Amino acid sequence: MNAAFRPAEPAAPRPAEGADGDAGHKAVLEAPDIRRALTRIAHEILERTKGAEDVVLLGIQTRGVTLARRLAARLEEVEGRPVPWGSLDVTMHRDDLRMRPARALGRTDLPAGGIDDRVVVLVDDVLFSGRTVRAALDALNDLGRPRAVQLAILVDRGHRELPIRADYVGKNLPTSKRETVRVLLAENDGRDAVLLGPAASPPPGPARRPAADRGAGR
Amino acid sequence: MKRHLISAADLSRDDALLVLDTAEELAQIADRSIKKLPTLRGRTVVNLFYEDSTRTRISFEAAAKRLSADVINFSAKGSSVSKGESLKDTALTLEAMGADAVVIRHGASGAPHRLAGWVRGSVINAGDGTHEHPTQALLDAFTMRRRLGDLEGRKVTIVGDVLHSRVARSNVLLLNTLGADVTLVAPPTLLPVAVDSWPCSVSYDLDAVLPKSDVVMMLRVQRERMNAAYFPTVREYSRRYGLDAERLAKLPEHAIVMHPGPMNRGVEIAAEVADSPRSTITEQVANGVSARMAVLYLLLGGSEPAIGAEVPA
Amino acid sequence: MSRTFVIKGARILGAQPADLLLRDGVIAEVGTGLDAAGAEVVDADGLVALPGLVDLHTHLREPGREDAETVETGTRAAARGGYTAVHAMANTHPVADTAGVVEQVWRLGREAGYCDVHPVGAVTQGIAGKQLAELGAMADSAARVRVFSDDGHCVSDAMIMRRALEYVKAFDGVIAQHAQEPRLTEGAQMNEGEVSARLGLPGWPAVAEEAIIARDCLLAAHVGSRLHVCHVSTAGSVEILRWAKSKGWRVTAEVTPHHLLLDDALVAGYDPVYKVNPPLRTAEDVAALREALADGTIDAVATDHAPHPAEAKETEWDCAAMGMIGLETALSVVQEAMVETGLLDWAGVADRMSFRPARIGRLTGQGRPLEAGSPANVVLYDPAPRTVVDPSQFASKSRNCPFAGLELPGRVVATFLRGRPTVLEGKLQ
Ligand SMILES: [Zn+2]
Repeated sequence: MNAAFRPAEPAAPRPAEGADGDAGHKAVLEAPDIRRALTRIAHEILERTKGAEDVVLLGIQTRGVTLARRLAARLEEVEGRPVPWGSLDVTMHRDDLRMRPARALGRTDLPAGGIDDRVVVLVDDVLFSGRTVRAALDALNDLGRPRAVQLAILVDRGHRELPIRADYVGKNLPTSKRETVRVLLAENDGRDAVLLGPAASPPPGPARRPAADRGAGR
Repeated sequence: MKRHLISAADLSRDDALLVLDTAEELAQIADRSIKKLPTLRGRTVVNLFYEDSTRTRISFEAAAKRLSADVINFSAKGSSVSKGESLKDTALTLEAMGADAVVIRHGASGAPHRLAGWVRGSVINAGDGTHEHPTQALLDAFTMRRRLGDLEGRKVTIVGDVLHSRVARSNVLLLNTLGADVTLVAPPTLLPVAVDSWPCSVSYDLDAVLPKSDVVMMLRVQRERMNAAYFPTVREYSRRYGLDAERLAKLPEHAIVMHPGPMNRGVEIAAEVADSPRSTITEQVANGVSARMAVLYLLLGGSEPAIGAEVPA
Repeated sequence: MSRTFVIKGARILGAQPADLLLRDGVIAEVGTGLDAAGAEVVDADGLVALPGLVDLHTHLREPGREDAETVETGTRAAARGGYTAVHAMANTHPVADTAGVVEQVWRLGREAGYCDVHPVGAVTQGIAGKQLAELGAMADSAARVRVFSDDGHCVSDAMIMRRALEYVKAFDGVIAQHAQEPRLTEGAQMNEGEVSARLGLPGWPAVAEEAIIARDCLLAAHVGSRLHVCHVSTAGSVEILRWAKSKGWRVTAEVTPHHLLLDDALVAGYDPVYKVNPPLRTAEDVAALREALADGTIDAVATDHAPHPAEAKETEWDCAAMGMIGLETALSVVQEAMVETGLLDWAGVADRMSFRPARIGRLTGQGRPLEAGSPANVVLYDPAPRTVVDPSQFASKSRNCPFAGLELPGRVVATFLRGRPTVLEGKLQ
């Protein structure tokens, strides 16, 4: 229904802070570490879900979607069959919407089978306060009734503000609250890395266009 | 700070694309069993309608409610306060209610501009006199984009009573912003004298324009215009400027037919054309909710509006 | 016991400084080093002395709309603007179409005492355009009416207009026409053009004014009468007037300060303070009007001072009242539009704002040269300061001033009406 208008150009990679130069930013994970972490998570998912039979991976916009796609590919390699995956935009459910100008929406795309009675694994890059995951759980609520929801995260940096914990963690990264953690992924940012930076730079302005990867799940 | 949506000219190209992209995402929600998002919880949207327009009011109401805003419908039509100072008094009342946005429909051109000077919230023009109707233009552009893709270079022909049409004014401005080529077709009496200053072409010959059109938008023509000598008879009008099956056949294969409604079947549009698969008239209604959700979200969803004009254009 | 004033060092019509002695209501002497026993001295160093201004077109609103203006508040505003005579338009409630009403207005003016009030008589009964009012009775009344106008409405019926023009010849009257073809301007809200097309406001086309002016010039020529055209607003009207004058026809015309300074682009925000009839036109029209005032094609500046209460303007555009106040800003606007641009000198300003309008209105005691023996109607004007217009300071009862917030030059320092100061040191007396 919407295929006709989809813009042809891919989302422009957002220049990540410190992506070039990385002044004051320290790479705590490099591409091979990220690859290994995802492989490990994939195996844990298979183990915990007994073969990922009913699993649907839902990546949280933006980088979570990229990670979900990579995880789906890993699972397919192992299991020899495609694992459904999709994307979830939680913008409209965020509790911090009023703190910044309204931002562009990312795409929510569920795989054809939907999520009812499936085991949904939410995938995101960084787990921090837990508020994004809270928003994702709310968003899921409007989309169907999964049998269970699990959470896979590349980096858990601590400082939770809600009673939320991840089922699968790529790396636990102790940080101070003032530090920044930035996940770069080749599909979005031109390379794979996790950067730890000093204090947060001023918040970015409103996103003018959806920066999300618009890949459709299959 | 951006604040209002009063004219289609309030939207930059980036703004307009942001609204259309957002509407596209929000359109998915219409297909879900739960059509509600929590986004505007705690925000108050007032529908201030000085003219009867059930369709537009319901569209805005549905849009606001799907975003969980509190909606207050204030119909001023027919009440003792319908003219003059009442708009200012009403504005002060809305201020007291803490309206975050006022959606205003008014018979006087410029009424939303006046309102914007009296309230702190965002003013959204839902049609003012013979001036503009920017959300109609947004839903029209949204409909065109869904059917035809990118509007850059697309040829859009708008036919009928341009002089009195707020839909035409907003569409000319928005479509020009989006890179489409607009041609107005009307009897010369129903075009503004200074139409040559508009960013569009003008023709008096519908048949010559149709084969080159990707979109034909038919405007409603009121029979009463005949009495002011804008055209001799309804029959002559529809013969020269109406869209019937024969003319429909002159359109390229992919072209679509639009109408902002309500239609005068048999005057500007033949029934068989209105009901043909090329007609987007029912889609336009559904798309209206998505486009208006996008506008409400972008004006009210964040700490400050992401689109629109600081002061009325 | 009347006061005596010596005005020291005023530039008379902008020329070399001289002194004026005002005594017993007349200019007793003009010269240098003047002095007189018991005279109050007014230091006019740097000030321009002009003859008291004469307005051909003022809406004082009394009787009937005393909430907008009264004869007293309107003439106080006039005095602050440097006027010593105003013509009070007839569209009051009741209409000034009988000797009784015009005498009432005239008397109110005398009682207030700030400037001479010359009532304009309606051309037709109730300004309805159907039947002539008792023009002769008004002419013969104590108010001695010479200017007749249905202003606010056009005398659109060609036969009525012809008869009116003819009839007033008997007492050297003049018909002041509000030129507006009614059918072409039904529901009209602003100048028809680019801006109206964009704003979706029904247009008031220039041709609706020009067609009536052309017709009336031809009629005036045919019956050999005097025609005065109110508030000329378009370049096309100027062309027609130029042609009529070249024929030697007895046609005069006025332009308002707002049409000399403002254009229709201001309507873009739909603020009804810019709503006026005839409407603000284009920048090209403004340029043509300035040129016509400079070369004399347009004879006079007339304010069309049209006060309205706040609620008449704090509305949607299309139900807002038409009109602007202008008495207290006229001279500053004319300085800005005509003097600062080099189009008129101060002698020219005196001619267009005092001498000629007095002549058109057949006033004998106004618009006289500043010389010994003339009635002591004098304005002292300081062209130097530039200030931001603040209507809250106005003497007028109304605030519908389109120049609010604009920086304009000049300030009326003193106004003398037959030797008596109505304004002194910028303050009403
Ligand atoms: Zn008038």
